[in-house]
Amino acid sequence: MNEQPIISVRNVNFYYDSFHALKDISLDFAPNSVTALIGPSGCGKSTLLRLLNRMNDLIDKIRLEGEIIFEGKNIYDPGVDPVEVRKRIGMVFQKPNPFPKTIYKNISYAPKLSGVNNSDELDAVVEQSLRQAVLWDEVKDILNRSAMTLSGGQQQRLCIARALAMKPDIILMDEPTSALDPISTAKIEELIDELKKDYTIIIVTHNMQQAARVSDKTGFFYLGSLIEYDVTKKIFTMPQVKQTEDYITGRFG
Amino acid sequence: MKPNHIFFSRETKERIIKRFFLFCAFISVGVLALILFSLFHGGMPLFETVNIKSFLLGMEWYPTFEPPEFGIFPLIIGSLIVTTISTCIAVPLSILLAVFTAEVAPDYLKNTVKVIIELLAGLPSVVLGFFGMVVIAPILQDSFNLPSGLNIINASLILSIMVVPTIASLSDDALRAVPKEYKEASYALGATRFETIAFVIIPGALSGIFTAIILGMARAIGETMVVLMVAGGAGAIPESIFDSVRPMPASIAAEMGEAPRNGLHYHALFAIGMVLFFITLAFNIVADYVSRRFKEGGSSSL
Repeated sequence: MNEQPIISVRNVNFYYDSFHALKDISLDFAPNSVTALIGPSGCGKSTLLRLLNRMNDLIDKIRLEGEIIFEGKNIYDPGVDPVEVRKRIGMVFQKPNPFPKTIYKNISYAPKLSGVNNSDELDAVVEQSLRQAVLWDEVKDILNRSAMTLSGGQQQRLCIARALAMKPDIILMDEPTSALDPISTAKIEELIDELKKDYTIIIVTHNMQQAARVSDKTGFFYLGSLIEYDVTKKIFTMPQVKQTEDYITGRFG
Repeated sequence: MKPNHIFFSRETKERIIKRFFLFCAFISVGVLALILFSLFHGGMPLFETVNIKSFLLGMEWYPTFEPPEFGIFPLIIGSLIVTTISTCIAVPLSILLAVFTAEVAPDYLKNTVKVIIELLAGLPSVVLGFFGMVVIAPILQDSFNLPSGLNIINASLILSIMVVPTIASLSDDALRAVPKEYKEASYALGATRFETIAFVIIPGALSGIFTAIILGMARAIGETMVVLMVAGGAGAIPESIFDSVRPMPASIAAEMGEAPRNGLHYHALFAIGMVLFFITLAFNIVADYVSRRFKEGGSSSL
């Protein structure tokens, strides 16, 4: 794990209005790995995740100090277009949120925005993305049906496929299984394991077993600070900080 | 603890409250029923002398001639044409306005614009009619060299001003009701704000926007004062948008005072009211059907 980080957070402080949501956070994310961010509600882990693809830009009255370096450049430099950042760093949300359009149109949304109009090319991207998300066999005959007719687990895999279709480098997942049943959750976790060969995955989760199962490294957040960041095995077997231990053993949080 | 109700038990109170609300509901339904009854009671006798086909499709509206002619086809066409043109003017304007207030404008501007729209909605139609007569009519007359500026295009312009607030505020509600999750998904996929508005938010609000348009049209077709003042009043099929027309509500309002009570003319005006009623009823049914169907299937059922 001594490779160059794909994205690194450097001395980030973040404020919602006057609320200090993230306090001097610095951490590196390794490419082709899964990093889990854990911690009790309101600890800032989702905030950090949304900083990585500039989704927080959509909120008013925010302030950021520090840098987030992606490919050698601070993505918060004035010259950087957030739209370009989001094209490289995809996101999957807590609640499956497919568009109320057909399955096909959901997947082809991002490629079309990037100017792919050739229908053969689009077909290929749709198939490839759905295959990567292990959804192809289930939906290949109903591509023109509304995505809303799929089950929750299928919808979430569709959302993953939709993010894959824009060929990102990093995929951010914000509690992607918290609205799903155990079987769908297991499928998503398998999928995450598969995807890390080609992508870097950063996942926020409330489920500590999930963090232990899927991630290579884990960061523990508490009250806006990064308390401990290490290899997942180490965090879960011999945490260095008392708070981390208390949290993962369920004493609070 | 002692129960603190002295006169009635709780059940009785509940029952009284329930009855009271039921009673209120019945009053409004009852009033509507009475209005409909009087409408039909006044209109139906016409069809003892005039058959429905020659009433609806007849080309001549000469209610005071001897013998009188009761063909309202030119009036129907007049109503439909001003409604259609005003809708064509109002729809793009209102939707852009709604997108502006719901998605684009910063807060302070949003609120200012909404107040202005509400003011526009509250303008008495007679004032708008006045505006059409003294401002728009001379402009039309001069720039197109017409004998009179009271015509289809004038009525349509004024009606569209009246309809914009209706369509814009209902569309604004529909746009705001599009779940935030769709917007986030779109942004996270690298869409710009305008791509998000065009490909996600507007399609997501389409059923509401469509309902808004239909309700706006229903408002336009029933509007009386404006068409009475600025449509010109000629009961003939128009040949161009600069011709004068006599929409149905204008006929009723203009002639009711002169029609002898319980005469044929009087019944004929009520019958026109029935036609108007059925047209607006149809609009409402379509609006209801559309909003229901979309609610079930999302915009992919398009």
